[in-house]
Amino acid sequence: MLEVSGVSKHFGGLKAVSQATLSVPEGKIISLIGPNGAGKTTLFALISGFIKPDEGEIKFQGQSIAGRKPHLICQLGLVRTFQIVRPFANLSVAENIAVAAHIWIAKRTDALLKAAEIAKLVGMDGMLDQSAGALTIAGRKRLELARALATNPKLLLLDEVMAGLNTTEVHEIVDVVRGIRDTGVTILLIEHVMQAVMSLSDYSYVLNQGELIAEGEPRDITRDPNVIEAYLGHGAAKRIAAMEKA
Amino acid sequence: MNSRGQLLGLCVLMVILAIGPLLISSGRWIEFLELTLFVAVLGQGWNVLAGYGGQYSFGHAVFFGTGAYIQALLQFKFGWNPWVAMWFAMSGTTLIAAGIGYLSFRYGLRGSYFALITLAFAEAFHVLARSLDSITEGGRGVQLSLNQDPSQAIAEFQFNFAGPFLKTYGFYYTIFIILLITYLLTWLMSNSRFGAQLIAVRENEEAAMALGIDAFRVKMKAICLSAIITSSAGVYYVQKFLFIEPGIAYGPAKSVEALFAPIIGGLGTIVGPLLGSFFIHGVGEVAKEVIVYFVGDRPGVDLIFFGMILILVLAFLPRGLYGLLEMLWLRLRGKHNA
Ligand SMILES: Nc1ncnc2c1ncn2[C@@H]1O[C@H](COP(=O)(O)OP(=O)(O)O)[C@@H](O)[C@H]1O
Ligand SMILES: [Mg+2]
Repeated sequence: MLEVSGVSKHFGGLKAVSQATLSVPEGKIISLIGPNGAGKTTLFALISGFIKPDEGEIKFQGQSIAGRKPHLICQLGLVRTFQIVRPFANLSVAENIAVAAHIWIAKRTDALLKAAEIAKLVGMDGMLDQSAGALTIAGRKRLELARALATNPKLLLLDEVMAGLNTTEVHEIVDVVRGIRDTGVTILLIEHVMQAVMSLSDYSYVLNQGELIAEGEPRDITRDPNVIEAYLGHGAAKRIAAMEKA
Repeated sequence: MNSRGQLLGLCVLMVILAIGPLLISSGRWIEFLELTLFVAVLGQGWNVLAGYGGQYSFGHAVFFGTGAYIQALLQFKFGWNPWVAMWFAMSGTTLIAAGIGYLSFRYGLRGSYFALITLAFAEAFHVLARSLDSITEGGRGVQLSLNQDPSQAIAEFQFNFAGPFLKTYGFYYTIFIILLITYLLTWLMSNSRFGAQLIAVRENEEAAMALGIDAFRVKMKAICLSAIITSSAGVYYVQKFLFIEPGIAYGPAKSVEALFAPIIGGLGTIVGPLLGSFFIHGVGEVAKEVIVYFVGDRPGVDLIFFGMILILVLAFLPRGLYGLLEMLWLRLRGKHNA
């Protein structure tokens, strides 16, 4: 469904993403993990059209979308959420979601009805009239998800929708995400909450300092020495192996 | 308050404005109402782009002035009928707006950059109107001839020599009907898909783009609608005063009035510009009397006074008079229900 091949982006001297290649098959949940500053959000921005790649090709359902405008990419059925949430703060939850539904629904009342439906899906049905600016972190993350969902996406890019949530909230969102996948939406997610990555994703990619250093089933990834080093520092893999032996 | 509540309030206001003046015979008060509604239309033009769309223009006079000049020149140079000229005045202004919008929005000018470029355009038009003597009559301005034939009053869109009713109320109902139409347009817009997308762009442009909204297109539509509304005030002005010159058309006064009314009345609300205009002119009348009484006739003192009011409103009523009324209304209802 999504094919990213050899995509790079640098900011000044900093290689934020270099030669990234990954593929997301239809109907799956794929995760993208890596330490802070690895370039994950930048890769999302590249895929969703917010920044143009220096090189490489991005194909969505066989169409090249590299460098295309974000709203056009969204209209094709590829939508992203923002790690730093961006609610329409002066609007209600219902109005926030309705704006997104307007991409394919012309009538205001129909869009608001759709918004109520989507809100239920992400567990926000009690908050429709609340001002988005007054929501808690968990509420804002849900709203981010709800809005993206309201555009009727085929592929959903979720950027750390679980960061800052407590365990109960994480469990709830995990269920919501799985529910979305079950309705036929393909998902690529960036996540730090390993428990969620393990339970949700079919396949993982690991990014470190702009480069993909590992890929595979989530279970195997966590044992990959490269990955352990990336997260815990140089030499960590050896130390852990030694500890396990002892 | 939901949009139905707003519409209801607006309807009540409109009925008062439709009937009220008939109970007033004082010419001075009719003039006062005319001026108030005129600025309320000017303010709605600004409000569509800035209040709903978050694009703060500091040069809205460019739309008022262009509408006024086209309206005046088509009659002056070519003897066109004013009822025909007005469509060209409004569409010509819309073209100018599309040009300014294209230059600003295509290159992503936002916030203070947009404010500055609109200010620059208003100044440029000011200079052009003054210097392109052969087209605009330069600094002398355009003076239209007065129609003195009562039977031609409606055909000539001039009510100074009309029958007794039109003579008193003709221009009042002209600006009232313009107000009615432009406010209805704004209400329809705010309840449409386009309105929702425009507000989303104001709230967070990148989030709007991520959700499939073509922010450039939405802003272009908004600036064009804004120009249509603002230029209609220009058409009214020319028919009423039969005169336009560069300073009136493109000077900063109109730009400032256009933004004063909605900011004081309530940004991004339908009734905001009308409330604000009533407040400004009501307070203005009182202030004039008070100032003359205490310090004598000193021009400029009332501007200081306005500046102070603006600061107070910005500091204590971030949502303007509309926000204040809404709060009082909710409190009243809360007490009622308790
Ligand atoms: N617009 C930008 N300009 C300059 N540097 C940026 C920009 N966006 C991200 N970066 C840098 O690129 C690197 C990758 O950032 P990011 O993609 O946000 O990482 P992650 O999401 O994996 O934590 C960081 O060093 C960050 O500071
Ligand atoms: Mg990130």
